[in-house]
Amino acid sequence: MGILYQKLTQDYRIKEGLKACINCGTCTAICPAAEFYKYNPKTIVNIVQSQDDDQIEELLKGEQIWYCGECMSCVTRCPRKNAPGLVIMALRSLSIDMGYFVESEKGRQQLPLTRAMCGNILNYGYCVYPRTYKYEDHPESGPVGKWIGENLDAVHERLGSNLDGKGPGVLRKIPQESLDELKAIFDVTGATRRMKVVEEASKRKAEEMGLSMEEYEKRAFNVTGTQHLNHKI
Amino acid sequence: MIFQGKQKIWSDYQKDIPDDHYFYVRSCIRQNFFPASEQTFLDIVHNRLGKDFYETPHHTTCGGIAYHGEAIPQETVMTIIARQFALMTESGYENYVCSCITSFGLYTETMDDWRNFPELEAKIREDLWKACRREFKVPKYLAHASDVIYKFRNEIAERAKFRLVNKETGEPLRVVEHIGCHYSKMFPSKGIGGAEYPYVLAGMIESWGGEVIDYPERRHCCGFGFRQYLVKANRGYSISNTYKKFESMEPYKPDMIITNCPGCPFFMDRWQYVIAEQTGKTYGENGYGIPVFTYEEVAGLVLGYNPWDLGLQIHQVAVEPLLDKIGIPYDKADKYKGKNGKLLRVPEYPMNIKCC
Repeated sequence: MGILYQKLTQDYRIKEGLKACINCGTCTAICPAAEFYKYNPKTIVNIVQSQDDDQIEELLKGEQIWYCGECMSCVTRCPRKNAPGLVIMALRSLSIDMGYFVESEKGRQQLPLTRAMCGNILNYGYCVYPRTYKYEDHPESGPVGKWIGENLDAVHERLGSNLDGKGPGVLRKIPQESLDELKAIFDVTGATRRMKVVEEASKRKAEEMGLSMEEYEKRAFNVTGTQHLNHKI
Repeated sequence: MIFQGKQKIWSDYQKDIPDDHYFYVRSCIRQNFFPASEQTFLDIVHNRLGKDFYETPHHTTCGGIAYHGEAIPQETVMTIIARQFALMTESGYENYVCSCITSFGLYTETMDDWRNFPELEAKIREDLWKACRREFKVPKYLAHASDVIYKFRNEIAERAKFRLVNKETGEPLRVVEHIGCHYSKMFPSKGIGGAEYPYVLAGMIESWGGEVIDYPERRHCCGFGFRQYLVKANRGYSISNTYKKFESMEPYKPDMIITNCPGCPFFMDRWQYVIAEQTGKTYGENGYGIPVFTYEEVAGLVLGYNPWDLGLQIHQVAVEPLLDKIGIPYDKADKYKGKNGKLLRVPEYPMNIKCC
């Protein structure tokens, strides 16, 4: 048993999600990601099950593990009650912990994701917060989305929100002592450490690619190659 | 025979839903995209049904979207959840109800993991004490807010001012129900009706006069996919899945869509706009889209709430053709007004999809 496999077996999502897989491919047949990307959860689960560290390392440094949408449709269908989606989550966590995620285009997206999500949680207490959800980054939200952004306070006031207000209600200001508790949870449970790992590995990779951190983050958020797709465009 | 077969399957997946006294936690996505829906839910349970639903300003995100975006580890999300449970315990409640489907899935998974691995629960208790000096009891009962509306669907029907019926023909409206993936795909026994024939929304539709449409991609994901939407470069994944669903439901000519997940209605609404702008294709009648609603919005419409109080003006797909079909009155002039009655300008008009 290799070191990487051993690390994976310590993850509760592997304990929950991987009993002996019979490689029937039902997960791949039902998978929305497998239809869109060059992605095959059956193969991934088989590699993990093989306990072959070389192949696992290749997975952790590759694109495939980042294609899953974590919808968990595979969990419902698996005849062995496995959870390929949970196996993917364990692989992604290990890829980040090992700093391998920066070796793939999709893995490098971890920098903008971590900055946005953790920033929102620590600063506001929400995963998504309207003042950081910008129309420029979300043109798909349409003319109505643009209108909401331009009239944010008035729209929320009209709809009964308590945006940044005291007391309970929609999008209330989370009290500072509660935000302090979230920060303490981050420190105790490894989220702060993960944020540091993502920043440091991304910085190293940006230097290697000859990019500033700003350029690196922008490219990770905005740019994708067509090599990931199942269909030619 | 088929109906009997489905009924049999569904009967295996019923769950008890307490009648009253809930600790209520909000959804990040629903607060951002459908803020009036949570207000409507609380107004219905408090003021129409006279129930006790308590909210503390100290509750926060559960961290679910960050967790599924791999921004935070499992231990972190479980400890945030444990803190929410501590707030419930300190407030004297045992029934926990959440507005978010991602949260519901995570709470279910966390409680299941703790049952299977008691040492994990012990570790999280230790982490919570270190970080926050708090202790907690695991909820006696966990519900999604749509379970509660399902439970009281007949009481809502008794108070209804409108039914999901075409006022001209008297025919039931044809309704697509879309269940958020994390409601029951991971733990079918925790959702009303299980994963294959979820009944939580179908029950509401039937009680309120509509007809449920069965179509091939009924159980397909809306395409959110967490990082597949959150990162701009990945959004082709998200729109492709929505496209697949709409192509599948189109031949069945739905009048409307009802959802129980906070994200799905946003994506299914906005991606219809993008599909129309990119390809010229629209899925509703006469160049309109198919309006997509939260279950709170539909309950509110049935009960006679003002559509603009429900927040239907912040949908991209126009809702007016459906309101006209049911016969729900609305004031056109009020659609884009603020609370003070002053007009907040009007959103630009899209190129291809018709709006009102």
